[in-house]
Amino acid sequence: MNYLYFPGCSLKGTGRAYEDSILSVFKGLQLPLEELDDWNCCGATSYMAISEMKAFALSARNLALAEKQAHSRENFGLVTPCAACYLVLVKTQKYLQEFPDIGDKIKTALKSANLEYGGKVRVRHPLDVLANDFGTEKLASFVKKPLKGLKVACYYGCQIVRPYAEFDDQHNPTTMNRIMHALGARTIDWALKTRCCGGSLTGTIQEVGMRLSYILLREASRLGADVVATACPLCQFNLECYQKQMSREFEDAISIPVVYFSQLVGFAMGLPAKELGMQRLFVPFKFNPAAESVKGGIHVHS
Amino acid sequence: MPVWRGWDKIKYQAQLDPAFAEEVTSIPGGEKLFDCIQCGTCSGLCPLSPYMDFTPRKIIAMIRAGFKGEVLSSHTCWLCASCYACTVECPKGVKITEIMYATKRLAIREGVSPKRFAIPVLAEEFFRDVESNGRNSEGRLIMKLYLKTNPFKALKQATLGLRLWSQGRLGIRSDSIKRKSELKTLLKSLEKERMVRSRRETAHAGEAK
Repeated sequence: MNYLYFPGCSLKGTGRAYEDSILSVFKGLQLPLEELDDWNCCGATSYMAISEMKAFALSARNLALAEKQAHSRENFGLVTPCAACYLVLVKTQKYLQEFPDIGDKIKTALKSANLEYGGKVRVRHPLDVLANDFGTEKLASFVKKPLKGLKVACYYGCQIVRPYAEFDDQHNPTTMNRIMHALGARTIDWALKTRCCGGSLTGTIQEVGMRLSYILLREASRLGADVVATACPLCQFNLECYQKQMSREFEDAISIPVVYFSQLVGFAMGLPAKELGMQRLFVPFKFNPAAESVKGGIHVHS
Repeated sequence: MPVWRGWDKIKYQAQLDPAFAEEVTSIPGGEKLFDCIQCGTCSGLCPLSPYMDFTPRKIIAMIRAGFKGEVLSSHTCWLCASCYACTVECPKGVKITEIMYATKRLAIREGVSPKRFAIPVLAEEFFRDVESNGRNSEGRLIMKLYLKTNPFKALKQATLGLRLWSQGRLGIRSDSIKRKSELKTLLKSLEKERMVRSRRETAHAGEAK
């Protein structure tokens, strides 16, 4: 399998630690990642709210560029860690196939810019790549510092599994749980693993967005999680960066580390903290295997 | 005895817009809206419905009945964070999230989206940024958003901004792609393409042909 890498705007900004850790982990696992040249913004949810056709065109350009960059390589994937980018790319692929009318219009538009897309790109989320291409057994063999005793709340958020569920169950996804088990960690069993974090509402109508994030953190802490693992830059930002404001607003001291799942993978592989972007966290992640505690929570063992 | 104040909620047939449902359902797969059985699954599981003025189930009923003004000026579609929980669970396969997007686009184009409401402002700023640079810079986007909606909030958020910046998580300079003209040509060729059409626009398109 060959992999191209589509970072998207957030992984170059607020989600820098996601990029740091994905690149380090893939390198450590000897899975070469090659950044897509001259990629453009996916348009996220904002573009869809204004012009759906242009939103599809943005993604179509990225897909066309990926196909060109991969040229003769058969069987390649476009690794897309950001949940919004991932969904928009997958959605565009589906619409181009399912609605020939849209497909034709986009094709003509691409042509006017000397671009072409033949539908060969497979959009892949790193969770999918690690669990299904690489395999959790092989991943376990790379673990140098098992996360024994660590209780992780795996938080998938919405757009990775909904609405298309390309690689995991929509109601109870388990890919991240399986990866965490391979690292030696435990995962808490919680019903909110795919409930919305509030998305961009945290920035626009804060009183509403922050409440949605708060509910998730409150539940994770009550169930005894030591850390929340995310797979989306916006989820991570919402859950981590507003904890001080939440504590004030809801008069409830919330302080729980929120990391990217890839940071935990790298940590267990023994990669240096700096290469995983650990220094960029607001709530530091500390793990000391000796201080294993067994308090509260429902645990699912690997 | 309390005085009944519900008069403004009553609408007579002549005041409704019977073609509104057709406008909204002109999106691909939109016709499923007519299959809605008003079970309320969407409203029940929507994490945002407690904050909406009309729940998703009500919005669907109102679209079908032709409450155009009420639907397009409500806050409902702007509160939808597009988490697709409703779309996945709808027993009749109504693409509710897409319907929300369709009403957002119609509201913006008809100029009736709630004024100085941060969400449509964010969408439009985002759109402009990407249209000209091909990428968006989160830092600049957030600053513009606050300046246009609530400058005081910008001050309140300054600490968070500084902290992000010190950890290398907030870029202020605008990032852009190399081949901007390629993207411009691509987007320009779709300038007049509309996936959801209001009646006025359909009539225009007919004349143009």
